[in-house]
Amino acid sequence: MRRFVLIAIPYVWLLALFLIPFLIVLKISLSDIALSRPPYTPQLDLTAGWEGLKSFFSELDFENFTFLTTDDLYWKAYLSSLKIAAISTFLTLCAGYPVAYAMARAPEEWRPTLLMLVILPFWTSFLIRVYSWMGILSNEGVLNQVLLWLGIIDAPLQIMNTTTAVYIGVVYTYLPFMILPIYSALEKLDGSLLEAAEDLGCSRFAAFWLVTWPLSRNGIIAGCFLVFIPTIGEFVIPSLLGGSSTLMIGKVLWEEFFSNRDWPVASAVAVVLLLILIVPIILFQRNEQKQREAEG
Amino acid sequence: MRRFSWFNTVSLTLGFAFLYLPMVLLVFYSFNESRLVTVWAGFSTKWYGELFRDQAFLDAAWVTLKVAVFSSTLATILGTMAAYVLVRAGRFHGRTLFSGMIYAPLVMPEVITGLALLLLFIGINLDRGVFTIVLAHTTFAMCYVSVVVSSRLTTFDKSLEEAALDLGCSPFEAFRLVTLPIIAPAVISGWLLAFTLSLDDLVIASFATGPSATTLPIKIFSAVRLGVSPQINALSTIMIGIVTVGVIIASLLSKRAAVAQRRDEQAAVRAE
Repeated sequence: MRRFVLIAIPYVWLLALFLIPFLIVLKISLSDIALSRPPYTPQLDLTAGWEGLKSFFSELDFENFTFLTTDDLYWKAYLSSLKIAAISTFLTLCAGYPVAYAMARAPEEWRPTLLMLVILPFWTSFLIRVYSWMGILSNEGVLNQVLLWLGIIDAPLQIMNTTTAVYIGVVYTYLPFMILPIYSALEKLDGSLLEAAEDLGCSRFAAFWLVTWPLSRNGIIAGCFLVFIPTIGEFVIPSLLGGSSTLMIGKVLWEEFFSNRDWPVASAVAVVLLLILIVPIILFQRNEQKQREAEG
Repeated sequence: MRRFSWFNTVSLTLGFAFLYLPMVLLVFYSFNESRLVTVWAGFSTKWYGELFRDQAFLDAAWVTLKVAVFSSTLATILGTMAAYVLVRAGRFHGRTLFSGMIYAPLVMPEVITGLALLLLFIGINLDRGVFTIVLAHTTFAMCYVSVVVSSRLTTFDKSLEEAALDLGCSPFEAFRLVTLPIIAPAVISGWLLAFTLSLDDLVIASFATGPSATTLPIKIFSAVRLGVSPQINALSTIMIGIVTVGVIIASLLSKRAAVAQRRDEQAAVRAE
């Protein structure tokens, strides 16, 4: 009895505030808009019993989803989100790997401090970290001032409100998510393997490429997913740093909802976004599972 | 002792400069007399004064703090229960669905979670405000708490709990007297994590709230949408300062605890 109550409390909470809301999104994405705001048709009339249920299901349709295919905006936004997420994941890997590598090779008494310095940004507001780049990247910003002063450029570069600024923002805010899993993979690496490789005639670079890189692969894969998955649905970075030409689906959904007030279409956008994310999420979980089994 | 090679030194320097320089610049320009970002017009704390005279910011800060305290406390209770269920309750009907619901919010894009919750609140005709933000934050934060706590529970020796039960404790007493003190560090860090997640959240709060309650991130977002604002620089500096002081205190405390533990262990060895 006591066990039942213990299970039931968090279970019911999650059902009511996580699962049911998603079913509502799904239902509204299949509904017609009636008089612009709720109520939506069809309505579920449980008092009518089986007949009510049947008419509820028969009136659901895919109209909102076909609408998504008729307007260029949506599929362009999905594709561009995927592209931006893929490129920024690659850039984050390029920036994060050397840092993780250097941390793992640092003297042991330094490592807790370095680790804390990587984790510290997590406790600082995400919004403020994105905002901090607005003062750096704008036309009169710090970066342009420095470049002008050094004589590298003659006129300010337009970085703010471009997709480049979005890449910088993603790499900056998600860098710790890349560094931490790679660091934990590299930290476990046995140094004698590298010595053995060098004894057997490998150059240091060859030893890195043949030994270190493959052994850190699980960390790299985990880091890439941790950057890629959340970036696809990102809203804050494109709306603060990106311009009108930067299309990302999280921003489109937001505007569809708050500006156009077309809730059925916004729900359909959410459902398709979720379908796109299912593949990387399943791959990520499989990889984690495999890693756990390898360790256990 | 291993030394840093030049390559490692360069990567660490560049990496940490990249991570910290933007925040350092933000703090620096918050003391700028001029409204413009880049023109240094002398040292001034006038933006801090303006911030504290702005009632809208103070109200938003108060709402944010209230929401964060309530939702992180609730999330810690629910999340710890959920972790206990996941690790200790064994098989039960709907276990797969349960663990799915724990992990799904961690990877769900915030825009979708926010939209879903808003449609629910409208569907059941709930007035949106502080209460609905608390509900929303508790839901996603409890998942983070349960991940943190369950990783501590899995490494925890179950026989200690069983010993307490054998010695006549009720299951609840065994949990309160044996399990809870041992998992306390994880519970506390779960609470802190939930608290910062709640302080930080813009997207879900924007969907879950109504016109009556504005949180600090919503206020910041609407203030900076069109460009840099010196008042927000001042506010950011205060927030960065609080986090830095908090982390330094936490690390000093944990260092002291580690030293004390080592001393106890040495004393125990000597006593033998």
